[in-house]
Amino acid sequence: MNAITVDHIVKTYGSKKQVLTALDDISFEVKKGELFGIIGPDGAGKTSLFRILTTLLLAEGGTATVDGYDVVKDYKQIRKSVGYMPGKFSLYQDLSVEENLEFFATIFNTSIDQNYDLIKDIYVQIEPFKKRRAGKLSGGMKQKLALCCALIHKPSVLFLDEPTTGVDAVSRKEFWDMLKDLKKQGITILVSTPYMDEAAMCDRVALIQSGKIMSIETPENIVKEFEGELWAVRSADMYRLLNDLKQYKYTESCNSFGEYHHLLLTKNQGGKEGVLKYLNELSHKNILLEHTAPNIEDRFMQLMKNT
Amino acid sequence: MMTDETVIHVDRLTKKFGDFIATNAISFDVVQGEIFGFLGANGAGKTTAMRMLCGLSIPSSGKATVAGFDVYKETEHIKQNIGYMSQKFSLYEDLTVKENIRFYAGIYGMSRSAIKEKMKVLLEQLELSAEENSLVKSLPLGWKQKLAFSVAILHEPRIVFLDEPTGGVDPVTRREFWNLIYEAAAKGITVFVTTHYMDEAEYCDRVSIMVDGVIEALDTPANLKKTYNASSMDEVFLQLARGAKRAAD
Repeated sequence: MNAITVDHIVKTYGSKKQVLTALDDISFEVKKGELFGIIGPDGAGKTSLFRILTTLLLAEGGTATVDGYDVVKDYKQIRKSVGYMPGKFSLYQDLSVEENLEFFATIFNTSIDQNYDLIKDIYVQIEPFKKRRAGKLSGGMKQKLALCCALIHKPSVLFLDEPTTGVDAVSRKEFWDMLKDLKKQGITILVSTPYMDEAAMCDRVALIQSGKIMSIETPENIVKEFEGELWAVRSADMYRLLNDLKQYKYTESCNSFGEYHHLLLTKNQGGKEGVLKYLNELSHKNILLEHTAPNIEDRFMQLMKNT
Repeated sequence: MMTDETVIHVDRLTKKFGDFIATNAISFDVVQGEIFGFLGANGAGKTTAMRMLCGLSIPSSGKATVAGFDVYKETEHIKQNIGYMSQKFSLYEDLTVKENIRFYAGIYGMSRSAIKEKMKVLLEQLELSAEENSLVKSLPLGWKQKLAFSVAILHEPRIVFLDEPTGGVDPVTRREFWNLIYEAAAKGITVFVTTHYMDEAEYCDRVSIMVDGVIEALDTPANLKKTYNASSMDEVFLQLARGAKRAAD
């Protein structure tokens, strides 16, 4: 059985004069026990989708189920069985770490002891501060507490809306390690992120932009779907190189990627020799040009261009 | 264009909050037209350091000058000579594009005629002329970020401070944004930028990495990778930040 089904969901905001389509006919399914990523920039529709699935927002069209329950008819069932960590910190700032956890356990008719196994590895990291008010915690600790509170009733499906936004690279890696451990315990996880590199940590991902899903695949297959041969290029003057490559007659696209630019030629016309000749004519120095494997951002930008 | 002129000079700059040393005797210089990446894990002391350099927080000890002005005594002069933009706060959502430009330019004391002239150039440059009377909140995020950056350098400051300017932005817009940064630097504006995207660290002339209140490393991206025997800035950052003792903020 699927843990989540989303079938032609539509959500719009605004008045008749100015309609903003947040979700434009979205469909996908998440299998039980899957770690599924919704990857896309701010404003793509990620939060609207999460709020519809957690029964906090009504869609205009389409249907969706979580754990087999309909998000409109059976909203009470869903609220009992899912865990939700919103993008914005939503715990009680004036309650202590311990009190917050106890509160969430109580409203779900359970106790901290009953499901302690599930949160143990995460909770021990914040336990030294259990008497501290949640509002006084550091960002990383708040995030861990919020995750504990979302897990304390042993949810069947966990919804995490941008848990790593604004978090540094080290803490992001730690957070994903925690998710992998939770997955082992059989919890289905739907997680959203604007960081494309995090797609690699998911079983499958949906790439979303302007309310539309552009692709649903495993992270390995998403990069395999990249169309064309990709070149990595560098030279002594990277900024001039970028502008010159964009002007090249056979250039389909050229984007900066750290210390290289990624260049795609229309049907690979002219090949490596053509590019080298062009750059030499413009007297670029220390040119390096080699094949490279596309990454998820390459594919995301290609899809953005094609849709 | 990078020149030899130092525009930010920091010498053993320290900020304490009670017993807690947020920024511990950091020292560095930034030259005119340089793109200076200011990296560090959450809680490393970046924000505290940036606030002191922007004249918003008085240091506990140490020396620093920004655009030639002292961070203790001449904070108002500093504010007039810098631009600032962050992802969290940039423009007024309930004002139109035009109103935002006029508001910021006015705050920085630009004359009406100068504002009028700049407004026209800017709107054309950003291809926003058709949207000049739209509320900022109706613009796509990418446009907002580009407008916010342009507004932050409208008064031609010596230095612009960018605090995670590209967080959450789509990959195409993120790169367009960096083109604006390059253009500003080419005009001689010094860019002081923080980011969580490690590929963006590669676009900086030099990068500093803060750990637990001190600057643990400072060099060009190429040299940092050599020093730490790493294939990417991501690896350099992880090596350094993993050693952090302080809990993240």
